Formats: sequence, C-alpha cells, structure tokens
Amino acid sequence: MDFKLGIIALPGAAVSNKTGSFANEVPVYKNKKCTGCDLCIYFCPEGVVYGSKKEKKYGYDPDYCKGCGICAQECPVDDIEMILVEK
Amino acid sequence: MLTKEDTRKELFTMGHTGCSGCAQSMSVKLILEELGEKTIAASATGCLEVFSTRYPESSWRIPWIHSLFENSAAVATGVEAALRASGKKEGITVIAQGGDGGTADIGLQALSGMFERNNDVLYICYDNGAYMNTGYQRSGLTPYDAYTSTSPAGKESFGNPRPKKYMPDIAMAHRIPYTAVASAGYPVDLKKKVRKAKSIKGAKYLQIDVPCVPGWKYEPRYSVKLAQLAVQTGLYPLFEAEYDKIISVKKISRKVPVEEYLKLQGRFKHLFKDEAGRAEIEKIQKIADENIGRYGLL
Repeated sequence: MDFKLGIIALPGAAVSNKTGSFANEVPVYKNKKCTGCDLCIYFCPEGVVYGSKKEKKYGYDPDYCKGCGICAQECPVDDIEMILVEK
Repeated sequence: MLTKEDTRKELFTMGHTGCSGCAQSMSVKLILEELGEKTIAASATGCLEVFSTRYPESSWRIPWIHSLFENSAAVATGVEAALRASGKKEGITVIAQGGDGGTADIGLQALSGMFERNNDVLYICYDNGAYMNTGYQRSGLTPYDAYTSTSPAGKESFGNPRPKKYMPDIAMAHRIPYTAVASAGYPVDLKKKVRKAKSIKGAKYLQIDVPCVPGWKYEPRYSVKLAQLAVQTGLYPLFEAEYDKIISVKKISRKVPVEEYLKLQGRFKHLFKDEAGRAEIEKIQKIADENIGRYGLL
C-alpha cells in the first residue's frame, strides 16, 4: 500500500480489501424476466451491482459482494436467485 | 449504464467492512452520489467511521475528517468557517455525520450550537436505534420496547421503557431552513431530500432510518423490507419541514399492522411470548396510529 502524508491512507484505498470472502450465499442474475428497474443497483449496500437499464441486463462483482441477498429479496420479478457458496 | 469499472469509482467505495446487508452503507453510497465530489465530510465516532476507515484503508474519495463522538457538528462548523474565510466556499457542500447516539445523546449540544449559528452544513443522522457499534446499548432514539444490552427484556421489563426521542422536532424548534426524515427503504425519496438540502443555504438536518442486521437481529436480506415496513406501519413517518412548518409527508400506500414489522426482528421477539406482550404490541400500535394522525399519513 502506498502512503503519501505520514499516516494518511489514499482516498478509496479500501478497494484493496476484497470483502467477497464475507459471503455465504451469492446471487445469480438470470436476466430473463428483468424489467430494467435498477432497484438492485440502488439497494446494494456495497455498490457492486452494475448493468444497463436499456439492455435489461445486470451483474455483480463477486470480489466484493457480501451475499446479503437484498437484491434477490427486493427484485420485483424474482429474477435473482441466491445460491450457497462452496468453500 | 453502469459498468463494473464505474462501480469501483464510487465516491464511497466498496471494500469497507460493514456487515452484510448494512443499510447505513447503502444510504451513504446514495447520499454521496447525489452530493458529488465537491463535498467535505466530518464523521463522529460510530459504525460508519469504524467500518469505512479501517486503518490503513479508507472508503472515502472525498475529504473526510474524524471528529470526537460529540462534536462532528462543531468540526463541520469549523470546516465551513475556514472555507468562508479563505473564499473557497462557493460550490462546496459540508456535511457532518453521526449515528443516533452521537446525534441525539452525546452530540446534541454541538448540534444545537450549529443550528443556532445557522452554519451552512448538512447534518446527517443515521438512525439505527441504539449504539450498535459498541454492542447495542440503548440510545435516545431506541424505539419503545426494543431489546438492547442495557434495556434487556425479562421478567421485570419489556425492553426499552421510553419512547423514541422526537429528534426532528428538536431540529425544527431551532427554526433551521430545512429538516427532513428519510429512509433507506425509499432511495428515490432519500436522494430527492439530499438534493433539496444541497440547494439550501444554512443549517440542514436529515435523519435516515437505517435498519441494522446484528442490532435488530434479522436476516440480512430484510434490510430494505424492514425500512419500508417501518414507514408503512406509521412507526417512522417521513416528512420534510422548512423552519417550523411541515411542508410534505410521505403518505402510507398500504397501512400495515405493527405486528408485521415487529415479528421479523429479534429485538422484539419477547413481545410474542404471552398475553402481556400482546398488550405491549397494542401500545406500539397506538404510537403508530398517533403518528398517522399527527402527520396525516393516510
């Protein structure tokens, strides 16, 4: 890790901390019934969901997803499924 | 269109150590999206400070300063005064942040001073209803009958014996230009209120209901559902006020009995054991009904 001023960490340095290891479950974005409502992007506590309203296609970053399942719970058309992670 | 690379450039970055399903990190992400990079933040001690700035990492891509538990409002005041004195204030938003304990109990005097001086600062209170960071101790904003480690439920007690402090009323009593209550369950409403607060000059107060997975004891996936139920039951009325007048309220679209909200949370499970608990649920329903009447939520 690079430091500039004494003990001050660089802005956004937390990206080096891959929190994907927290997850017991991970989502599967099926992208079949998706209506492009963007709710999964809004509600993700980590901000790891990405995608396009136009193409009605979303995905997530497994490096950081903590597997809370909010996206699957809140998806209005049940297009996201949670599956167990095997470690 | 948001790509994977874009998500890594958020002003509040991933990689923080908040709990799985944390509604507070969700709110911070949404707030910073709205405020933009020309923002300076002060944070009181609390969950947010602990999980977002685990040494030697930081989740913030904006200037950020950690104050003591009680003085984030005073530190933000200083930041704003320094900007004004050096002629750099134009276009920069200063925010002060705290949890419910840091706002309503420990930080109240510094906050009151900030309101009184009408400093151009947006104060954000993330209300999860107890001192969650240190082990779920009761705060002034803990709701009635909630189990916390310092208000445990048992033979003698049903948990917290006092109702939630009416913190937005205290802010409104200072006649500040803008007071708002929002919820992590309604992100569009939350963003709208942040946008409005950004456009107003003077002291602003924003309180956000942020469900807490370990403190409220529920499954992480229910964070948003619980925040929405709190609004739909009437237990957490969302409104905006200018000076001492309420200018808008979020109406309840479908009234829900408080039981549906309470039964999902471990901190209220003692109310579902016997008849006496049933009577307590009635009392909580009464609080919700009073809110509905007071703010005209239906």
